[in-house]
Amino acid sequence: MLIIDNLHAAIDGKEILKGLTLTVNAGEVHAIMGPNGAGKSTLSYVLAGRAGYEVTGGSVTFMGADLLALAPHERAAAGVFLGLQYPVEIPGVSNLMFLRTALNAQRTLRGEKEASGAEFMKLAKAAAEDLGLPYEMLKRSVNQGFSGGEKKRNEMVQMAVLEPKLAVLDETDSGLDIDALRVVSDGINRMRSPDRATLLITHYQRLLDYVVPDFVHVLVAGRIVRTGGPELAHVLEADGYAAIAA
Amino acid sequence: MTALPTRKLEEWRYSDIAAVERAWPVAPEAITIAAGETAGRMIVQDAAPGSAVIRQFAITVEAGAALAFHIINSGGAYGRVALDVALHDGATFDLGGIIIAHGEQVLEIVTTVRHLGPNATSRQVIRCVAGGTATATYLGKVAVARAGQKTDAAQSFKALLTDRGATANAKPELEIFADDVKCAHGATVGELDKVALFYLESRGVPPAQAKALLMRAFLSDALESLADDGARAAAEAHVTALLA
Repeated sequence: MLIIDNLHAAIDGKEILKGLTLTVNAGEVHAIMGPNGAGKSTLSYVLAGRAGYEVTGGSVTFMGADLLALAPHERAAAGVFLGLQYPVEIPGVSNLMFLRTALNAQRTLRGEKEASGAEFMKLAKAAAEDLGLPYEMLKRSVNQGFSGGEKKRNEMVQMAVLEPKLAVLDETDSGLDIDALRVVSDGINRMRSPDRATLLITHYQRLLDYVVPDFVHVLVAGRIVRTGGPELAHVLEADGYAAIAA
Repeated sequence: MTALPTRKLEEWRYSDIAAVERAWPVAPEAITIAAGETAGRMIVQDAAPGSAVIRQFAITVEAGAALAFHIINSGGAYGRVALDVALHDGATFDLGGIIIAHGEQVLEIVTTVRHLGPNATSRQVIRCVAGGTATATYLGKVAVARAGQKTDAAQSFKALLTDRGATANAKPELEIFADDVKCAHGATVGELDKVALFYLESRGVPPAQAKALLMRAFLSDALESLADDGARAAAEAHVTALLA
């Protein structure tokens, strides 16, 4: 589904990703762990196409197409979803309007029929209920006045409604208490299916107790230096990144 | 005033005088809200491209009366909506003003709000979006007479510039002769939030639509004082169409 080959990327001329190679197949959950500054968030932004993240080498193929040739909204319509580490507040735009506009823009770009008001409301209500976010909160401005945990739940509500093929979740576990972590993990697990894949980007092994990955990769200084199964996360937790990187 | 103004006059310093000449002379339109009454007015300035329009209003809000006045200023090469508002004892005046300027347009909202009697309230919310090499201007003067004790006056101006060549001018002016008054004013000029734009795009919203959504949200502050839901929805729809 996703083939990243020898990817190099820079911000303001400073190279952050230095030859990252990774293949994610449909149905798989991959975790990317690494210390601060390793390039984890850069990888997620490069995949989503954020301006300012310049690809200087290598390729990213998604569902057989060149992902890097697409604009951010086209990547979303193709099925890429980025769960942000710091979800953005948008005053004056309600969550429902935001989400409905996004869903229908994606459907239009894919040549599908737009969701009717009733269909959309059903999807949004079900997603909010599953993630323990009161539906009333979705009538308020995007993420405004939401706690850290509510913002992360809201990202998962968006993911559930948009039904991406590939979810890239950047530190979705940060800022969550134990209960919220469980709810958000359940949200991620519900999306697991043979035709979807997930890339979990995280500092800590805790999330991986709830969302058990098929593969764990260690990202250090812009490259993947080690790959293993779920047990690798425990080794990291016990020994730290320095031991692995050495 | 029948003599053609010049840019030396503070009220006209950002104006396009050649265009002003085309619209001159201007006959002020009088509006009086009788004591105790509540009223609303919506001024949509959507003149044809290239035209020059000046609308002046001489407004009196009598004791205990309330006026909610809204302006959507978007038409013509030059468009100016100027208000001179006299507030008497306990009167309330709400102004919501929107300027949407493209190309080389020069669009202005100019207000003088006179708190003539005590206990009057004025709240002015002006929001502008300017692109191209357009100029959006808000000049807001609040004059509190000696009798205007317990005046509560507020002005808020915010502008978004969507292109490098666009200009926003904001000038609050306070002239206060009473000693027990509240007069607040604030002005900011900025650009569209790039992070919010990326957030929308990353969810599948095309860039042009994402920008329009953010601009509409920004401008809608000025419509909050529209009490009637239907009227507000109609105004929002008009703004949306202008941004499309």
